[in-house]
Amino acid sequence: MDLHLTPEHEMVRKMVRDFAEKEVAPIIQEWDRKGEMAPHILPRMAELGILGICLPVRYGGQGFDYLSLGLACEELEVVDTTLRVIMSVHMGLNSLGLLQWGSEEQKIRFLVPQARGEKVAAFGLTESGAGSDVAAMASTARRAGDDYVLNGEKIWISLATKAHHVLWFAKTDPVATDPHDGISAFVVETALPGVSCGDLHGKLGVRAGSTGWVSCQDVRVPSSHRLGEEGEGFRIAMSCLDNGRYTVASGATGLIRASLEASLRYAQERRTFGRPIAGHQLVQQKIARMVQSYEAARLLYWQAGWLKNIGRRNTRETSMAKWFATDASVEAALEAIQIHGAYGYSDEYPVERYLRNAKGAVIYEGTSEIHTLMQAGYALGTRTDAALRLELPAYDAAAWQAAAA
Amino acid sequence: MAEKVLVYLDHFEGVAPPATWETLGAAKGLAADRQSGVAAVAVGSGLDHLAAQAIQHGADHVFLVDSPSLKDFRPEAYADIVTQQLRDQAVEVWILPTTSRTRELAAMVAVDFETGVTPDVIAWESVDGVVVATRPIYAGKLHTREVNRKRTPQILTVRSRAFPIPEPEAGRTGEVTKLAITPGHAVTEVLGYKPSEAGVSLSDASIIVSGGRGVSNNPNLSPPAEITDPKQQEIWRAQQGFALVRALASVPGAAVGASRAAVDAGYIPYANQVGQTGKVVSPDLYIACGISGAIQHQAGMRTSKAIVAINRDRDAPIFKLARFGVVGDLYDILPALTTEFATRLGKM
Amino acid sequence: MNVVVCVKQTPDTAASLSVKDGRASWGDAPLVLNPWDEYAVEQALRTKETHGGKVTALSMGPTEAREALKQSLAMGCDEAVLVTDPALAEADSLVTSAALAAALRKIGDVDIAFFGKQAVDTDTGVTAAQVARRLGWPSLTLTAAIPALDPSQRSITVERMMEESRQTVRAGLPAVVSVVKEINEPRYPSFMGIRRASKAEIPVWSAADIGLTPVPAAVLSWPEMIAPPKVEVSCEFIEGATPQEIAAQLVSKLFEAKVI
Repeated sequence: MDLHLTPEHEMVRKMVRDFAEKEVAPIIQEWDRKGEMAPHILPRMAELGILGICLPVRYGGQGFDYLSLGLACEELEVVDTTLRVIMSVHMGLNSLGLLQWGSEEQKIRFLVPQARGEKVAAFGLTESGAGSDVAAMASTARRAGDDYVLNGEKIWISLATKAHHVLWFAKTDPVATDPHDGISAFVVETALPGVSCGDLHGKLGVRAGSTGWVSCQDVRVPSSHRLGEEGEGFRIAMSCLDNGRYTVASGATGLIRASLEASLRYAQERRTFGRPIAGHQLVQQKIARMVQSYEAARLLYWQAGWLKNIGRRNTRETSMAKWFATDASVEAALEAIQIHGAYGYSDEYPVERYLRNAKGAVIYEGTSEIHTLMQAGYALGTRTDAALRLELPAYDAAAWQAAAA
Repeated sequence: MAEKVLVYLDHFEGVAPPATWETLGAAKGLAADRQSGVAAVAVGSGLDHLAAQAIQHGADHVFLVDSPSLKDFRPEAYADIVTQQLRDQAVEVWILPTTSRTRELAAMVAVDFETGVTPDVIAWESVDGVVVATRPIYAGKLHTREVNRKRTPQILTVRSRAFPIPEPEAGRTGEVTKLAITPGHAVTEVLGYKPSEAGVSLSDASIIVSGGRGVSNNPNLSPPAEITDPKQQEIWRAQQGFALVRALASVPGAAVGASRAAVDAGYIPYANQVGQTGKVVSPDLYIACGISGAIQHQAGMRTSKAIVAINRDRDAPIFKLARFGVVGDLYDILPALTTEFATRLGKM
Repeated sequence: MNVVVCVKQTPDTAASLSVKDGRASWGDAPLVLNPWDEYAVEQALRTKETHGGKVTALSMGPTEAREALKQSLAMGCDEAVLVTDPALAEADSLVTSAALAAALRKIGDVDIAFFGKQAVDTDTGVTAAQVARRLGWPSLTLTAAIPALDPSQRSITVERMMEESRQTVRAGLPAVVSVVKEINEPRYPSFMGIRRASKAEIPVWSAADIGLTPVPAAVLSWPEMIAPPKVEVSCEFIEGATPQEIAAQLVSKLFEAKVI
């Protein structure tokens, strides 16, 4: 057992941190207030290779491992949640899904430009009437010769107005006995006729990101753009969530660290009753608790990343990491505000943004309640993970780093 | 007579920075320890007035290497000349003010003698016939004592404003010797000069007014409609803020400084940066406007005699260094302060 | 062009310093590539990108200094060399410049040696000029811009920062160039660079390997290191009903304190 990061991991971490600190931290408050994504962020993340970090070099990626993805997400979310959200949908929910389920042809056509950051990718599962209850979705895909005709509307879609590709879930068999078996997955290019999208405003948090809706109205998609087999959509969606939740878990770990670092700084500067507030035991208690959460959350996501690297199914461990880290990030942000007192309540300090951003993550990619039930199910033996037709490939440094044949 | 202590008279186009006179003043004590007078050397073109000034400021004997071909500072040529002069005079201690030129010059001459060079000296004492110098390291977070017991000459460069500037004595007399030393090969050619962006030199200024990221923080200012890019709007706002900083600085003839955050954000050129990766300064008065006081900035200004902080955030770390603090908006405070300074200094 | 960039490993500038057993201690703060040297590495890479050739990062220091060289490789340097030797452990700038000059000779046919303006630990800022003096190359320190570089004419023109103005200087190659922050914006390491760097075997040269035998003894010694006494100032907050009232009070206090 070795919990040391390699020098390579350390350098990745520093590089992502330098980018986020130098190019995003100084301007994030302004864009958060404005409720828009700063225009330079996606192009810079593409240029630096962050958008393809853990994809094989032969598919246009950087050839790093799954743990590097988690480390990058942690560093990004220390600065702002919206940076990590990009990685969650573009990499976790979409690109890794293509890597796992895509045909070689689909990988060349869709994954390569995504890995290079030339195309931005999103994930279209949630609908206004189908959140945790995925099988309640109303979107349909009707077979028409060699094509499918897609209809439906997805909501709460991150990068809705930035994405070129959406991994779209729709019912190919609306009357299937088990409604889960009636779902299929498609890659929808947003430039296709009939696709429209828009951003939602008035969100509590992740205001410097794009969250919106995507609608398909009689959109014709060739059957070669279907991911996996017909009826395999639900299993694909769940496997994508295993990767998306991993990025949320590692990101939330970064958010705990941000709350902790802000609290440490402030508690040593601010004086009450003749000494820095860090000298007061009730402040120390809050800080100790944040440290505890940070360390535990980090170990949980490292475990999930390690399982992914060796190619072991990690639905259970990833769910645990996501559940713990996101809950703890809300608590840490709340306590950070408390430590900052009235200043924490205003946007003079970043901690109120941390709280607003943290709250979303206990809702999306499986609410904390869903994860609670999942963990109970695993413990009681009522839930098991059936093997999949295709698993996320284990990380193989040589194969990942080999150039195109 | 051969003086044991030699001071290098640094100048630009015949004008010496205050640090040159500070060094000459400081050299007196070291020379007295050695029962010696103070000699000085200047290299350049048209330096008679500089020699006269040096004598008024305490030099007993001034050596001039004065030739039109030496008008521009070129380290290789200047080092050749000084090395020969140090050899001829058997100098024990060679002292220079610390400037962009002398750091390099001292370094090169030290190689010629395989001797040590101690830059940025802020204090010294003579112990057993050698100078034990104190200099800041890690941007002033630590001080080290440094000594060269092995070789002569000892070479030290003195930090600006570390020693008081001596009062010139009008009637003071001293000897002036012109030397005809021709340097060896010319390896560089000076093509010209461009004005510096920083205005009053930060290292010599007795008052510095600095701006930080906070100078752009005025939502009430609306940029002209043709500026649509948010980054450019921010820079436009910052420039309005820095105009207030400059206005205040212009009244007492202060230098304008900036925090790294302000430089990185593109508000003001790097030449104005104060801090660990900028200039380390030590003025009598440092007025920090909209600067929170990151540890790197503190490293560059913490030795200022008095620090005034103007910031909206009462808990900003800068107030821990400040002798006087104003919690408020610099957009309100600076214009009032400018008017007040102008009235008191009789400039209105 | 055969470009060398001389780099040093230093504690992070955010580190808090203290003195332990007569030496500087930075606690568990990370060691990084000297921040000034990042500008030198960037300039070396840009020189190669414009004029072709290769960039070698060169450092003298303990074996841990390999990490600073790895950072340089990750940014894009082609090769790296570490000069390390127990006899160099107590080097002053005179010894350091002798070692770097000897290593530059051993690398051979170097056109430009870039340096950062100074190291953020010892803050001496003399090494570049000393290396130039030893090699007999032009010393172009505090360079803020390189308006012209012509390898075929063996000529370089730089703008040097002086307090009073910027001096434009032309010199022949090979030359030593030390750069200031204004010259460029350093790039981040690339992922490809990081991987290459983490796998790189960095050659280690001893003093004997560079022909520095015997190693000259340092001339300077450091009898004492101290943490300067913390100036405990308690801030007097100036308050008033109007900005004018505050300004009047503040200026009076400044006159009283004799700082104007």
